[in-house]
Amino acid sequence: MSNPAYTVIFYLFAAITVFSAAFVVFSRNVIYSAFSLLFTFFGAAALYVFLSADFIAVTQVVVYVGGILVLLLFGVMFTNSIMQTDLKTDVLNMIPGTVLLVGIIGAILYTFYSTHSWMPSSTMLQGSIVERIGFETMSGYVLPFEMASILLLAALIGAAFLARFDKPGNNEK
Amino acid sequence: MEQLTTIGINHYLTISAFLLGFGLFAVMTRKNAIVILMGVELILNAANINFLAFSKFNGGMGGVMFSLFVIVLAAAEAAIALAIVINIFKLFKSVDVSSIDSMKE
Repeated sequence: MSNPAYTVIFYLFAAITVFSAAFVVFSRNVIYSAFSLLFTFFGAAALYVFLSADFIAVTQVVVYVGGILVLLLFGVMFTNSIMQTDLKTDVLNMIPGTVLLVGIIGAILYTFYSTHSWMPSSTMLQGSIVERIGFETMSGYVLPFEMASILLLAALIGAAFLARFDKPGNNEK
Repeated sequence: MEQLTTIGINHYLTISAFLLGFGLFAVMTRKNAIVILMGVELILNAANINFLAFSKFNGGMGGVMFSLFVIVLAAAEAAIALAIVINIFKLFKSVDVSSIDSMKE
């Protein structure tokens, strides 16, 4: 844990995650925000590997980078015409937003660092946990697992229904 | 110095606090609905980092399984939300959430 290379790599990925997240929020260009979100997701996946959750890290890369980010980019392309040069977005509620940002981060960090230290368990997660995830999914979490499949089916049908182009009601256009 | 070089649970919680703050800031201040969705994804990632950090230092599997389901729900949420955003764009010709003022066509 106190291996210097480990520490340096951790801080590298932590910096990538936090700074690209800040760029997502403070950049005025939607495309820049979307591509910066890519680095945030990759940095978070690297942090999951540090937390010995390798399966979650791979899932993060596949689902977030391969799915959600592509969806968001499609959304950006759909909702801004390509010829329109300004992909900028305006801001509102700047003062309350800044107060919220500083307040939330300050309060959480003050709570973490002013109270007593955590007491970690003697049996931390070590190594790969893919096998244990398989056992847990098929034993203790089989009901949420099946419900997730129903939810994904419902979301698939619902999204296709909501986003279809040819509504019977507006044929006059 | 000892606290800085030994990676403990507080490091992960700090990163997660920053992601949560940035996500809330995006949801609060941006006008573009797509950027608001990105803020929601940042918040979900912050929650995931917290779950996995507590799971790692507790030694249990509860946080790992919960974060897996969080990812599943985030995928469903993003698909539905983008369908709604595209519908809003078809109706109002913009995704500026401050200019959307009616719920009926």
